[in-house]
Amino acid sequence: MSMFGQVYVKNGRYKLKGDFHHLTPNTPIKNADRSWKLMGVTNPRDMTYIHTYGGEAPFFEALGEGKLLGSRCDNKECEFKGTIYQPFRIHCPDCLGRNSAVDMTEQARKNARIHTFMVCERSGAFNILDKPIKFVNVEFEGVSTILMSYLSVGDPEIGMKLVPIFRTTNPTYTILDLSWVPDGTGEEQLPEGFSF
Amino acid sequence: MIKFSNKQLKVPELMRPVYMVTGGQSKFGRAIPEKRTEELCVDALTMAAEMIGLSPAELKSYIHSCYYGHFADHFGDQLLGEAVIHDRLGLDPLGNIGIKTGGATGGSTLWEAVKAVASGYSDCALAMGWERMDEVPTDEGNFLISCAADKDWESPLGHIYTGYYAVMAQRYWQIFGKAEDSFRKTLAEISVKHHGYARMNPFAQSPMDITVEDVLKSPVVAFPLRALDCCLMSVGAACAIICDEKTAQELSKNSPHKPLRIWVAAGSHTLRPADRRDMDIPLLPNESEDQYKDLGERFPGGDRYPGFTGFLAARMAAWYGYRMSGVTDPTEDLDLLELHDAFTISDVQTYEDIGVRPYGEGRDYVESGDCYHTNPNTGKPGKLPSNISGGLIGCMHAVGATGIMQTFEVATHIWKRWAEVHGDQKRWKEFGRSKPDDWQDLQVKGAKRGMAISHAGVGSHVTSTILMDPDNLLKNAQ
Repeated sequence: MSMFGQVYVKNGRYKLKGDFHHLTPNTPIKNADRSWKLMGVTNPRDMTYIHTYGGEAPFFEALGEGKLLGSRCDNKECEFKGTIYQPFRIHCPDCLGRNSAVDMTEQARKNARIHTFMVCERSGAFNILDKPIKFVNVEFEGVSTILMSYLSVGDPEIGMKLVPIFRTTNPTYTILDLSWVPDGTGEEQLPEGFSF
Repeated sequence: MIKFSNKQLKVPELMRPVYMVTGGQSKFGRAIPEKRTEELCVDALTMAAEMIGLSPAELKSYIHSCYYGHFADHFGDQLLGEAVIHDRLGLDPLGNIGIKTGGATGGSTLWEAVKAVASGYSDCALAMGWERMDEVPTDEGNFLISCAADKDWESPLGHIYTGYYAVMAQRYWQIFGKAEDSFRKTLAEISVKHHGYARMNPFAQSPMDITVEDVLKSPVVAFPLRALDCCLMSVGAACAIICDEKTAQELSKNSPHKPLRIWVAAGSHTLRPADRRDMDIPLLPNESEDQYKDLGERFPGGDRYPGFTGFLAARMAAWYGYRMSGVTDPTEDLDLLELHDAFTISDVQTYEDIGVRPYGEGRDYVESGDCYHTNPNTGKPGKLPSNISGGLIGCMHAVGATGIMQTFEVATHIWKRWAEVHGDQKRWKEFGRSKPDDWQDLQVKGAKRGMAISHAGVGSHVTSTILMDPDNLLKNAQ
């Protein structure tokens, strides 16, 4: 019986367990306009990639713990020392020094607002969000950049005050563990698995 | 805050004049199951040879190095597709390289070819671009396109690139468009114009005789954008031959047109709009320092630059390109444009980035009628017609080929060969398409100079390709 591919790291190397690909036979493509002559073949493929978050791993781990981490350049030599980044950047884009992680959960609860948004009726293959997807770009006071995420409750408007919610039950360890709701939303309105 | 050093703002210099001698392209379609990609590339190169009265073998004998634009390997499930095409074109053992910059791949391919000739490495270079987006179902195609966004921070959010793009459109729509019905109508007019021009183009994938109402009633993709506001997914190839002066003259002995001077400049910006930092607006030659002081007052919320409303990469591509080619005012100095109309609203945003109109006033380029072949308000020629090909909305977006198709289209006008290339009944028949009874010659009369803008995704890469009749250069052209 097959099982999903699983990976862990030991002694600096990936350790793999389970099935990372599944075989499906190809089939011919024939042309109904030309007496069903052969035109080509299908090439089915089902693969599992192995991907490291590297220096961003603390950000994704923190989401499942109900925390939003940003990063800050603390290099005294940098012209832009003190700049805070959300999305979390591992390195300062100016001096390329390693940024410090900063917990900006409380800051996000107090002053996050919608910079812009989009309600999207369509999705690509492999999407797991409910449609329509309400994309929101969230700006924070004192933060130089603007995070892209999604709204789980209500209808977005530019300037709307938001608070973050986190998938703390069964986290996926992806950016989907972070979502947003309008300020004042009750705990009972949150999607399953999410908390403030 | 982004700051530039003087070294970073150096105006690029070509070591010698560079020319576009000829070009060609295949048919463009949503699916072309009857041809492999290499057949489409052969079609494009054969056309380029025929345009200057040579056989493909004669033209090939001049080519010294090759630049191949193909963006999405994963669509075709073929790495090193460049090597396949290069072999099938019979160009081994010449040096070749693949170029990938998303939607700007075609423009970037020209950028590389021009630099190769300008530096003296090659006297004749082939720039060939293609894309094939018909080998997966559309929803998987959308997934594959979404892989051009950040895989950890954006792509999992719906795997739909339109969503990442359209947040910028929403901001522009509300801040600069003021969410006005009249602005929404202006956007629809762009779609009507581009699908309409596509009717006159046998290469085009989506010719449509539609009205503003049709656009406004088409299905919502991401409000306020509707299906008819969006560009196409396409299959096809396009190429250009880039040479130094001596080789250009030699190749043009039997050509009905003269080689055109060409400059290409490039700009970039963050892959994630989320990472954009504020900065001062880099000014184009036709703008002044105090021009934007009250931008935030006129358009509340519009004072954050580039924010989510401007494309810094497009601004920088124009900033460098205008200074290289001597353009001081694009509306006065250029005769036509081909713009990267991925969406109707991004077309408007680009008018501002390239200085056709100041920031905040892009809609006027459409509403004034300046962007049309024939100004609908006056019945006279448009001041600066754009996207006569039909653009990405009406003609095609075969990503790696797009910037080259746009440049070839501009060239056909300067060569005064637009009607010949687009009106030939034989070509319409060969492509299995019907030439409309009301087919119209859209040649821009007297065209001497033009520009094509090639643009990637949310603005990560943009190139400006400027073509000029060598006998009508601008005063300060390099």
